[in-house]
Amino acid sequence: MVTSPDTSVAARARYEPVIGLEVHVQLLTVTKIFCSCSTRFGEPPNTNVCPVCLGMPGALPVLNRKSVEFAVLAAMALNCRVNETSIFARKNYFYPDLPKGYQISQYDKPLAEFGFIEIKTNGGGSKKIGITRLHLEEDAGKSLHEGFPDAAEKTAIDLNRSGVPLIEIVSEPDISSPDEAYDYLTRLKEIILYTGVSDCNMEEGSLRCDANVSVRPRGQKQFGTKTEVKNVNSFRFIRQALEYEIERQIDVLEAGGMISQETRLYNANQGKTYAMRSKEQAHDYRYFPEPDLLPLVVDEKWKAQIAERLPELPEARRARMVREYGITEYDAGVLTATKNLADQFEEAAAAAKNPKRVANLVQSELLGRLKAKGLEIEQSPISMKGVALSADLVESGAISGKILKDLYDLCFERNQDFPAVYGKEKPQQITDSSAIEKMIDEVIAINPRQVEQYRAGKKTVMGFFVGQIMKATNGQANPKLVNDLLSKKLE
Amino acid sequence: MDLNTLTIDAVRCAIAEGKTTATRLAESFYAKIEKEDQAIGAYLTISKDRAMAKAAQIDAMAAKGEKLQPLGGVPVGIKDVMVTRGVRTTAGSKVLKNFVPPYDCTAVARMEAAGAVVLGKMNCDEFAMGSSNENSAYKPVHNPRDLTRVPGGSSGGSAAAVASGMAVVTLGSDTGGSIRQPASFCGVVGLMPTYGRVSRYGLIAFASSLDHIGPLAKTVKDAAIVLGTIAGRDPMDSTSADLPVPDYVAELEKPVRSLKLGVAKEYFGEGLDREVRAAIEFAIQKLATLGCEIVPVSLPHTEYAIPTYYLVATAEASSNLARYDGVRYGHRAQSVRSLSDMYERTRDQGFGAEVKRRIMLGTYALSAGYYDAYYLKAQRVRTLLTRDFEEAFKMVDAIVTPTSPTAAFKLGEKTGNPLAMYLADIYTVTADLVGVPGISIPCGETREKLPIGLQILGRHFDEATILRLAHAYEQARKN
Ligand SMILES: [Zn+2]
Repeated sequence: MVTSPDTSVAARARYEPVIGLEVHVQLLTVTKIFCSCSTRFGEPPNTNVCPVCLGMPGALPVLNRKSVEFAVLAAMALNCRVNETSIFARKNYFYPDLPKGYQISQYDKPLAEFGFIEIKTNGGGSKKIGITRLHLEEDAGKSLHEGFPDAAEKTAIDLNRSGVPLIEIVSEPDISSPDEAYDYLTRLKEIILYTGVSDCNMEEGSLRCDANVSVRPRGQKQFGTKTEVKNVNSFRFIRQALEYEIERQIDVLEAGGMISQETRLYNANQGKTYAMRSKEQAHDYRYFPEPDLLPLVVDEKWKAQIAERLPELPEARRARMVREYGITEYDAGVLTATKNLADQFEEAAAAAKNPKRVANLVQSELLGRLKAKGLEIEQSPISMKGVALSADLVESGAISGKILKDLYDLCFERNQDFPAVYGKEKPQQITDSSAIEKMIDEVIAINPRQVEQYRAGKKTVMGFFVGQIMKATNGQANPKLVNDLLSKKLE
Repeated sequence: MDLNTLTIDAVRCAIAEGKTTATRLAESFYAKIEKEDQAIGAYLTISKDRAMAKAAQIDAMAAKGEKLQPLGGVPVGIKDVMVTRGVRTTAGSKVLKNFVPPYDCTAVARMEAAGAVVLGKMNCDEFAMGSSNENSAYKPVHNPRDLTRVPGGSSGGSAAAVASGMAVVTLGSDTGGSIRQPASFCGVVGLMPTYGRVSRYGLIAFASSLDHIGPLAKTVKDAAIVLGTIAGRDPMDSTSADLPVPDYVAELEKPVRSLKLGVAKEYFGEGLDREVRAAIEFAIQKLATLGCEIVPVSLPHTEYAIPTYYLVATAEASSNLARYDGVRYGHRAQSVRSLSDMYERTRDQGFGAEVKRRIMLGTYALSAGYYDAYYLKAQRVRTLLTRDFEEAFKMVDAIVTPTSPTAAFKLGEKTGNPLAMYLADIYTVTADLVGVPGISIPCGETREKLPIGLQILGRHFDEATILRLAHAYEQARKN
């Protein structure tokens, strides 16, 4: 964290930050929002373009229904009220990568409003962060300043991204610390990922975040003057940028200065924010309703169809998994980190003979090993299918718990999935009944008291005998065979 | 064959009967253009390769004995605000001086699909902004009836070409009267369809909520044939209506007896030329003798139409014309110092005075602090104007008015006074604001032999009725 040395802890404590976030999320539609060009990332510049997304004279936008469905799905997942009628508007400004000289967005009648995200607070409680609005808009292209021959003198424009559908999610100024901002974004991303409407990949720009931040003396109702922090490309940096910006504002105020309402860019290398040149700031976007598009109507019927596709959201899923598999809340959190992982787990568990055993193995054998190796669950050598197979083998008695542990160790050592390692090792099980019989005779001979107890009706002593045999065979005796032979000998 | 009086049916008959071929016809039109257009200036670009290829295709079909399409072999002109693939499209502006579009306007594509031979692109006021065609960045158009006078605008080239027989029919665009007023000035038929009847895809936008494509023709029947060709839902234009397109030609022959015609006093007030008034009143008498019932109606908000129009149209224009920034196509200023310098100089060099004036007016009307007082209020007045018409159309089937308060004025007469120029559209802008269809047909001449136009306005999507009335009047006038 970058802190200004002259801000005393006492001074900082006198102020309360007020933060609101604007998040842009690219929707994973196959085609763009107003034309049929592909949205694929990483294609050669200006190949996914047509008259519409190039802003050619005479071209007109036609709304992609899928983008509406994705936006509504996200709005529902974020507890928003979806407006039956919303209006597209033109946001007018000149920029080389904005082909029409305006962006088609939504202004005073957005698609959805009044949502919230619940975040955990330090005290272990939770807090609702309001979502003011969620609206649909088109993305702009990209200005390129390097990577082509005369880059020193020229700027190149790539319009592949022009017209890719975005949703903008604007929070209420309910966030009161950089940590809360971080949590809000983490939750938001998790929820959006669950809906599947975006990959939220910050490196590819499919999730972008701007922050509005101000400080005010604790207890004051009125907001201080805010600045807008832009150009931040990871959640970690947003936390850092906010920390820096809050310190900076407090410094200015403590020194008797005034905050000027401005846009500031974050420089991640220096950990500082810088004011943009004032010429780039003063925008009057001259919004007005887009005459080329009809009002967007999402009626009850369409809404209901979309709602059917709303998946179980992370919070609800975690609660159910704790209930259903008897795992801890923490482990449920790990298993639901992504929808994909949670789906894999649940699919594997459902296919296994004993779903709870799969959950137990993940909890007792897998997570610990991952932690020891410093791996995320997505990087695990053992897949959920692998865990399920191992659970079934234990369940059927084909391998013992001891062998399973050894195999798991091998998986991590070789970075191979369980089925591969198991196939190769085919753990030597002692299935020679005469050998096991011999061992059983020995165990019975040296434990007459337990034999008596068993014969007197205390059948649980059986466990003791099995344990003795397994110990003697280093866990390699076939448990079922041991059980059968023991029962026979002890009767 | 007299090219000056040639109609669509005459062309098709001549080709079908082997009296001419589409190729020979196109060649004779090009010869006429070469000879006569110097004095008139109707064409900005000739698309000969495209025209001759199409003509050859029509001739091949005719040679095989195939039935000619509705516009089979008909030489047409396209106002240069409609994009044509591979054929330079300028919108009458320097900013698009060398712009060759990569795609076709839907209306143009439909004309060609119906067999039309596109001779070239018609001169017009820059971005369709003007009422005299003097705002073309290339050359003015002269009225074929009197070369010292304007042809009207902004579809001046489209009207002049039809009037002088340099095209059988043309497509124009109407945002505030730009089809009907030049039709009136040049003595031809000009039809503005209902907003949404004809796709705007590929029409270079001036004011999106007001722009309409429509035909200019020698006869009402030709206008009806062209409308039938270009009308109908286009998936590329969200504002195009998904409604069935009637057989307009068949509708022409239905009787007009007992149709109710509204006459609104607001269209006969101050500023209306006495000769024009007399001609219109005479035309109304004629319609009455055909059995139409003449009913006085009131359109009380008419006086607000011009200011409302100039707020809405300029606001939308200021946004629509933002794309001419020198980045992707069209003119770009050279040796610039910065990005904003490039924008400023590109647009300063690329746009003419009237376009700049309207961009500034529109930018102002949309600015923070002025939006409610100007743009929003204008939209509210638009609603009131719409209600005026809804009320009137409860009582009448169509409304008859003069198309323009005067006949064609002299070149240069109004160029120094934009407000006087704006008033030339006083009888036409309301239909654009309300979105109802309107047609202008010749209804007489002044003592100086200048044509006068009668305007008939109809209900939304009821082009059939105004075409029927116009046709009946046209036939009655001939006899
Ligand atoms: Zn495209």
